[in-house]
Amino acid sequence: MRRAFLIAVPYLWLLALFLVPFVIVLKISLSDAAIARPPYMPQFDWAEGIWAFLRELDFENFIFLTEDDLYWKAYLSSVRIAVVSTLLTLIVGYPIAYAMGRAPEEWRPTLMMLVILPFWTSFLIRVYAWMGILSNEGVLNQFLLWTGIISAPLTILNTPTAVYIGIVYTYLPFMILPIYAALDRLDGSLIEAAEDLGCSRVQAFWLVTIPLSRPGIIAGCFLVMIPVIGEFVIPSLLGGSGTLMIGKVLWEEFFSNRDWPVASAVAVVLLLILVIPIVLFQRNQQKQAEAEQ
Amino acid sequence: MNTSVFAPWDDPGEKPLIQFRNVTKRFGEFTAIDNLSLDIFEKEFFALLGPSGCGKTTMMRMLAGFETPTEGQIMLAGQDIDPIPPNKRAVNMMFQSYALFPHLSVWENIAFGLRRDSMPKHDLEERVEAMLRLTRLEQFARRKPHQISGGQRQRVALARSLAKAPKLLLLDEPLGALDKKLRQDTQFELMDIQEKTGTTFVIVTHDQEEAMTVASRVAVMDQGQLMQVATPDRIYETPNSVYVADFIGDVNIIRGRARQNGGDGYHIDWAEGQEALTAASDNGFDTGQSCHLAIRPEKVAITAERPSDAANAVQGKVHDIAYLGNLSTYYVELPNGIIIKAQTANTRRISRRSYTWEDPVWLSWTATAGVLLAN
Ligand SMILES: Nc1ncnc2c1ncn2[C@@H]1O[C@H](COP(=O)(O)OP(=O)(O)OP(=O)(O)O)[C@@H](O)[C@H]1O
Ligand SMILES: [Mg+2]
Repeated sequence: MRRAFLIAVPYLWLLALFLVPFVIVLKISLSDAAIARPPYMPQFDWAEGIWAFLRELDFENFIFLTEDDLYWKAYLSSVRIAVVSTLLTLIVGYPIAYAMGRAPEEWRPTLMMLVILPFWTSFLIRVYAWMGILSNEGVLNQFLLWTGIISAPLTILNTPTAVYIGIVYTYLPFMILPIYAALDRLDGSLIEAAEDLGCSRVQAFWLVTIPLSRPGIIAGCFLVMIPVIGEFVIPSLLGGSGTLMIGKVLWEEFFSNRDWPVASAVAVVLLLILVIPIVLFQRNQQKQAEAEQ
Repeated sequence: MNTSVFAPWDDPGEKPLIQFRNVTKRFGEFTAIDNLSLDIFEKEFFALLGPSGCGKTTMMRMLAGFETPTEGQIMLAGQDIDPIPPNKRAVNMMFQSYALFPHLSVWENIAFGLRRDSMPKHDLEERVEAMLRLTRLEQFARRKPHQISGGQRQRVALARSLAKAPKLLLLDEPLGALDKKLRQDTQFELMDIQEKTGTTFVIVTHDQEEAMTVASRVAVMDQGQLMQVATPDRIYETPNSVYVADFIGDVNIIRGRARQNGGDGYHIDWAEGQEALTAASDNGFDTGQSCHLAIRPEKVAITAERPSDAANAVQGKVHDIAYLGNLSTYYVELPNGIIIKAQTANTRRISRRSYTWEDPVWLSWTATAGVLLAN
């Protein structure tokens, strides 16, 4: 009884917060836009019965998504931006995690705190702060002009560069923490053994440290890539009109066009795209858990 | 037939392979190795013995290059090895914690060092297979370290360190996790390898029997210092201190005061109302100097009657008997409360044991059976 209850809790949670909303979104995506409130047809009506209701649903909106090249371009661009920024985050995050892992024991909690610290302020405020830093009159340009490295301000804000900076900055902790966790578990005597057997420092790093931190790298990459594909705030605040990302398209369908059915279709497809990396991520976590037993 | 005894340490012309010159190693305030000097010669099988935390692993780590001496120098083949990084030293170490690569199979673990030398594929495979055979790990070659038992892991670590056939091999408790039979086999295997390859071995062990079996010389350490360095038989027969005598094997220590008795003979007054003991010693003692007589239990005879010709004889009663299978140790309590151990071989069935609890017995030993020690 108690056991059944304990198992039921997470499932109820999933049902209420994931499955039910998803079914609602799926249903809207199969409906037609209408000037009504809510702005789609049909509405479920007890008098007409369920069959009459279901008959009116169709895949029109999904077909529409394939007809307008905006959508697949947005999907593709999102995936590309996600992949590139994941790699950038990895390149920036790995050395930080590595340095944390090699730092003296008593420093580590402090370093960990510093990594998590940005979470204590609002995400929106931090993105706005980047606008202040990157704009033409921003802190960065003023500093570079003052040092004389550049003579005219650089245009960074409202370019893809700004989006990458924003994403790398925001998602860096999600990359650092799993890698750090993997490196922290790494037994230092393995590196010594590698050196003892003839490896240089660099070889030992490639042959021992990297393979042993791989689960952390994979976890970090998924933790960054999955949310970045659907990212909306960063591209719309830092990327300007030139950056095409599916999250932004989705927002515009919902709020500018008020075409809820198409927006829902976009969301459903996005979810399907994300299922692949999520499943892979789960597999990675599971394999790691098995290896540790 | 002239088999010359292997004893380079007695030959002043012989150059040591490893030389610790007044080496001190401190970790912060703590002194792990204290002004230690030691020569180890080529082809030696050198055993480090000592209680936990006395600095055995630290010495190994300095030889392998993972720690640098705070003071003093370590020479390898006449060269100061301080500037040489671990990967450039012709030294391999078997780690106390094994340090097997968890992401590589047993096979790849053993091949790891050989790959660094870019050995031809064929030779490499042959070498790995030979190591697997030696350590009887053939059927586990494809497994990962977490899929084998502790003893098997230890053998992988051993195979991996042997694979490169280094000039100097450091084994940090290589056989601790093996059962007795396999341990003995591996000990002989190690000695065999040592004879065949001429590799110099430095081995750390907690098992003194193991040290006695394999080593050409044994060093007994305590708190970062060498207490005695000598061949196993000398360590056992002529320990230089009570500490060494007590650390290696079982021993009776009798405290007393020495009284010169002409030549190298001494009388030892050891208890009120007891006859003085007699012992011979090369070490000089002054009359009245306090001393310790160390006697191995197997050198103490136990009899029902007082033996007529024994140099030393004391009476007591059997306090306890420890049955060890092949041997029995009798704990005999003397009238003044001192307990002396005497060991006899169980040549008869146990039911026919001559003495039992509370029996009055005589213990006796010769003048040369014990060692007279100052401290
Ligand atoms: N990195 C270190 N920092 C501080 N102290 C250390 C360090 N390494 C070793 N020590 C100390 O030096 C002493 C000797 O350690 P070592 O590992 O050489 O002992 P050991 O003789 O190998 O013991 P065991 O038989 O238990 O393996 C110990 O007291 C240990 O606490
Ligand atoms: Mg040790």
